[in-house]
Amino acid sequence: MRISGRAVIFGDHVNTDVIIPSKYLTSLDPNELAKHAMEGIDPEFPEKAKAGVIIVAGRNFGCGSSREQAPIALKYAGTRCIIAESFARIFYRNAINIGLPVLEAADISSKVEEGDVLTVILEEGKILNETKNEVIEANKLPDFILEIIRDGGLIEHLIKVMRR
Amino acid sequence: MSARTLGGMNISEKILAMASGEDYVKPGEIVEAKVDMAMVNEITGPLAIQTFKRIGLESVWDNQRIVLVLDHQVPADSVKSAELHKIMRNFAREQNIQFLYDIGDGGICHQVMVERGHVRPGELIVGADSHTCTYGALGAFATGIGSTEMAAVFATGRLWLKVPSTIRIYVAGKFKDFVTPKDLILDVIGRIKSDGAIYKAVEFTGPTISDMSISGRLTLCNMTVEMGAKTGIIEPDEKTLQYVRERTSKPFKVVKSDSDAQYERTLKFNVDELEPMVACPHSVDNVKPVKDVEGVEVNQAFLGSCTNGRLEDLELAARILKGRHVKRGVRLLVTPASSKVYLQALQKGLLEIFVKSGAYVCNPTCGACFGGHMGLLAAGEVCVSSSNRNFVGRMGSPEAEIYLASPATVAASAIEGKITDPRRFLEGIAK
Repeated sequence: MRISGRAVIFGDHVNTDVIIPSKYLTSLDPNELAKHAMEGIDPEFPEKAKAGVIIVAGRNFGCGSSREQAPIALKYAGTRCIIAESFARIFYRNAINIGLPVLEAADISSKVEEGDVLTVILEEGKILNETKNEVIEANKLPDFILEIIRDGGLIEHLIKVMRR
Repeated sequence: MSARTLGGMNISEKILAMASGEDYVKPGEIVEAKVDMAMVNEITGPLAIQTFKRIGLESVWDNQRIVLVLDHQVPADSVKSAELHKIMRNFAREQNIQFLYDIGDGGICHQVMVERGHVRPGELIVGADSHTCTYGALGAFATGIGSTEMAAVFATGRLWLKVPSTIRIYVAGKFKDFVTPKDLILDVIGRIKSDGAIYKAVEFTGPTISDMSISGRLTLCNMTVEMGAKTGIIEPDEKTLQYVRERTSKPFKVVKSDSDAQYERTLKFNVDELEPMVACPHSVDNVKPVKDVEGVEVNQAFLGSCTNGRLEDLELAARILKGRHVKRGVRLLVTPASSKVYLQALQKGLLEIFVKSGAYVCNPTCGACFGGHMGLLAAGEVCVSSSNRNFVGRMGSPEAEIYLASPATVAASAIEGKITDPRRFLEGIAK
């Protein structure tokens, strides 16, 4: 699976309250949530993300609440993949479960600048920074997680498994 | 290889081994585990329900093991909230789920889970709320998950888990008066930092933990997610068993750590000299002694939440507030964690003390802590809160500031109108 897009950079400890503030959680409509993605930290994000982007962030991305509306808002706003130095665990699972690829790469923040064109080769755990012509190593995802992402999320995966 | 040659297991590993039908598990291993109880609230539940319906199954895996709680925005503060509540009620009816805690009956989901006997030692519990880790205080392995994953649990009763490595926190010493488990956990988070325990379990042990009430233990485990932990956990003892047996007649298995259990590391704390602590804006690990920030003026003080909305917390605050008045221009919100806590506080005369002091007593709800309703902050306002998060915008405006502290510090600060060390009220206090 190859995923390409321009990088949008965030720092450490981006929490779920800034990704999607509590006041929007009464909505079940993913496109409505997407309009407010990152509103607490970068209100311009939905506009930037429209073309399809890859989020690059520091440590502990997605810390805070278990709200799955956070990865949903990012995905529907146009986020194709999130690469961070580390993730908060519930956000990490939620992203995989809704079919949004997430990758950990130890020193990603120092190797990518805003607007760089990235291509992620998910199965290999490799990131190509096309702008800087560099290869960045990430932690490879285990096979069963890759399978969930390839199927489009946990529910699609479960339906497929139950049909077997 | 026998378990013996591999070394012993700690309580978290033992529960995950039991839940996945294995004799032995070790950190890093991925297990498929059977869930004992699953909880959702009205923020995460409707999405889980919608997603469950997409799977196309008629019924959930076990309607006796699912708990539905309305707590974040109750009573409905908008038509949209009311619609979410309706989805929860309808699902309970369709699936014949008896454990639906509607308004007037329940309260904050985590308090409801423990006080209504849905958490038992040795169990694996998942909740679609990050503070599910609270239940480790009763010797269960409990962790937060998202809505899609919960839909899969509704369907199968199972989920995959990576066995976490465990940080052991050994606590000795006796708390001084008006220094509380909340001050201890803030001190711990200040040292471990907000990402210091990501993917890990945090096990509390030592004489201070043995001496601590169940309420205090719940406060400790509740905030382990603020350092990224998968769960906080405490070995069950006589106090735990008494608490649980008063609330459920269901059988359970007491699980304890082996004497040769493995830990990633052990950190030692002593509370003899611990002072009241506060987490300053805008990060829960920005922790300082209260005395270092005394004098910061506050507009709002919040006493409540799944961290510190229990009877013991209200009693502590009432000791300080009795016969005194909240500073003019400051609003103190008191939100008991559940209907049971509310009733006990009523019967003990605490609500009268609060109302006479000028506090506003709210219904049981997550309320101001969640920033959905009941006490949001305007730009430039400052709140001292007994809750668990001080992220930018958590309680309303992104330009507001939140200081996290104990119920005692919240009460003292409400009286003075500025952040205040509660020990200033030690002399001549009504005990």
